[in-house]
Amino acid sequence: MFDRTIFSEEHEIFRKTVARFVEEEMVPYHEQWEEDGIVPQSLWLKAGEAGLLCLTVPEAYGGPGGDRLHAIVVIEEMAKKNITGPGFYLHSDIVASYLINYGTEEQKKKWLPKCVSGEVILSVGMTEPGGGSDLANIKTTAIRDGDEYVINGQKTFISNGHNAGLTVLAVKTDPSLGAKGVSLILVENDRPGFTKGRNLKKVGMKAQDTAELFFDNVRVPASNVLGEEGKGFIILMKQLEWERMIIAAHCTATAEAALEWTIDYANQRMVFGKPVSDFQNTRFKLAEVKTSLTVGRIFVDRCLDALMKGELDNATASMAKLWGSELLGKVVDECVQLHGGYGFMWEYPIARAYADARVRRIAGGSSEVMKTIISRTMFPKESR
Amino acid sequence: MYINRTVFSEEHEAYRDTVARFMDEELVPSHAQWEKEGIVPREAWKKAGDVGILLPAIPDKYGAPGGDRLFSSIVIEEQAKRGLSGPGFTLHSDIVAPYILAYGTEEQKQAFLPKMAAGEMIGAIAMTEPGTGSDLQSVKTTAIREGDEYVINGQKTFITNGINSDLVILVTKTAPDLGAKGISLILVEATREGFTKGRNLDKIGMKAQDTAELFFDNVRVPVTNLLGKEGTGFYMLMQELAWERMQIAIGGIASAESIIEETATYTKERKVFGQPIAGFQNTRFKLAELKTQVQIGRVFVDKCLELIMKKELDASTAAMAKMWCSDLNCKVIDECLQLHGGYGYMWEYRVARAYADARVSRIYGGSNEIMKELVARTFD
Repeated sequence: MFDRTIFSEEHEIFRKTVARFVEEEMVPYHEQWEEDGIVPQSLWLKAGEAGLLCLTVPEAYGGPGGDRLHAIVVIEEMAKKNITGPGFYLHSDIVASYLINYGTEEQKKKWLPKCVSGEVILSVGMTEPGGGSDLANIKTTAIRDGDEYVINGQKTFISNGHNAGLTVLAVKTDPSLGAKGVSLILVENDRPGFTKGRNLKKVGMKAQDTAELFFDNVRVPASNVLGEEGKGFIILMKQLEWERMIIAAHCTATAEAALEWTIDYANQRMVFGKPVSDFQNTRFKLAEVKTSLTVGRIFVDRCLDALMKGELDNATASMAKLWGSELLGKVVDECVQLHGGYGFMWEYPIARAYADARVRRIAGGSSEVMKTIISRTMFPKESR
Repeated sequence: MYINRTVFSEEHEAYRDTVARFMDEELVPSHAQWEKEGIVPREAWKKAGDVGILLPAIPDKYGAPGGDRLFSSIVIEEQAKRGLSGPGFTLHSDIVAPYILAYGTEEQKQAFLPKMAAGEMIGAIAMTEPGTGSDLQSVKTTAIREGDEYVINGQKTFITNGINSDLVILVTKTAPDLGAKGISLILVEATREGFTKGRNLDKIGMKAQDTAELFFDNVRVPVTNLLGKEGTGFYMLMQELAWERMQIAIGGIASAESIIEETATYTKERKVFGQPIAGFQNTRFKLAELKTQVQIGRVFVDKCLELIMKKELDASTAAMAKMWCSDLNCKVIDECLQLHGGYGYMWEYRVARAYADARVSRIYGGSNEIMKELVARTFD
């Protein structure tokens, strides 16, 4: 089999720390969090203390000063144990990165140390009831009024929505423009007029809080704009390769774990007087799964390697996201089948993984959006 | 694409240019004719030998190019890209010749390798019998020692390069009462009395490749024709399975890449309902899915090639590559044929021939079911 080659010894040492934390602080409580529909902030604070949050935040802002592979280690170790509740990577690797890259010195000093410690949880408000991937047509507005913006509108499907202490909000500062009218604005929880709606019920990801957000004449100072006015769209596009690789890496690690659970189960569970794993169908199905996962693992690591060198392009990252999420969907489906009735029972991790996996083909750019991006490499004109 | 291939050196790429030019000039124009004839003429083999396309990975002291397995991979890729399924170069160069190199006596090497490199002598390997496919242990062909000779009796089938072959590595039982341990490999020249070639078999695809039945009726060969030691045939056949299976994976992925490219071009040109086929979202999405899978397969195959060069590729990973790439190639060709519409069913279109040619790649070299069995053993 293949040895993975992208991680250094230091990453592997860090992996052990993460694995221990996941085992001790997350695994025993995850079921409760699923019932609660949310992960308590106390967990975030512990994770911050253990150094699991915001791995790429520089030391100057209280961060560990790690790299994206450290972030991948956290993602993988949580995926292995089916821990989908804590929205760490959205906080650490997506939203905090916007602050690192586009925040003013003042914004960074104010927020990043608290993000690292888990005191402030981040979310990003993009999707609206009327628009998913089509960011250029959002309806939420932030109209300049003296030294303030006045925000009106509504967001939905917002991960970490209830827990979030700070929301990076995608708004139109110039509603007459399309993409060029989009800006990002930092909105604190305590701004009058900002309310959070229902904690949305979902097919899976039960422990993750997913919220509706409402903005009714919310006033924030003009200094809360992130980056420049009108640059929101560009900022959100800048690290798409990375965001897609996060999902690809998560999916691959989850699918690998699902295969392990299923091999164990098939070896133990007896049917017609012999283990499930003795039937040729089981062996062949799992051989197919293992083959696809091996191929996928090599690809994801190759992409991560390219990402670290700054060489990964959007289309290739889209391939990784598309294929990784589609493969995960197939793998958990086959694995549920091999578990029989137990595979349908929530107490089995494969059942939860099955429910959790479905959104991977939708969130972070749907499979259809990925195909559109990939097809542009072959059909530059026809795809517009 | 956007992930650059990194396995080949500049020297390899220069060799690729030579191979590509030779194929475009000497093979592509005649391939349709060879399909009608069911065989590739010996002159094509000699020309290939002249330009250094045969036995790429055999040392130059035997008159061969003296390259490495990446040179062989280049020949496989360039042939697959062009759909040149007729010339059985790879079997000759990268399966038959390596047995002689690895297990032959110096005398055997001198006698056969230079001629094989020159294309004067065409090699084949005869394993399958009418009653046995992948189950080698139960071969029925016998080679019974009589003084300084073996007397061979039996029958083989599905033998690639069978009609053209001048030299056959024959899988026999020298001890018929034993299983795997009774198997020996014997070199049989086509000129031996009692060795006859049967029909050139009609196949779904690979129309220009001669695939024969072989008959052995009291064929006598000197004991010096034994390859390696008596009773070690099975062992020898197992040694290079990883590389032999990679050859199928390499060809499969190169074929799939070229078919996608060709189909993208076709769909831009061909119009239906007043717009190019590429104007339909279904076309673009299908090709995006296929391109994604092929890109992923490409990275995997190249990683396996890296391991081949370091002699680190294990059997189950090679089995994965063989299975995955042959399955993928067939899927890609099937979808691309669909995007060609009726033209995709016409033999003059590359995709039609590729469709027919590719089917066997899921069967030979160890069927994909055998590959799954090999992968599944890693669970035990």
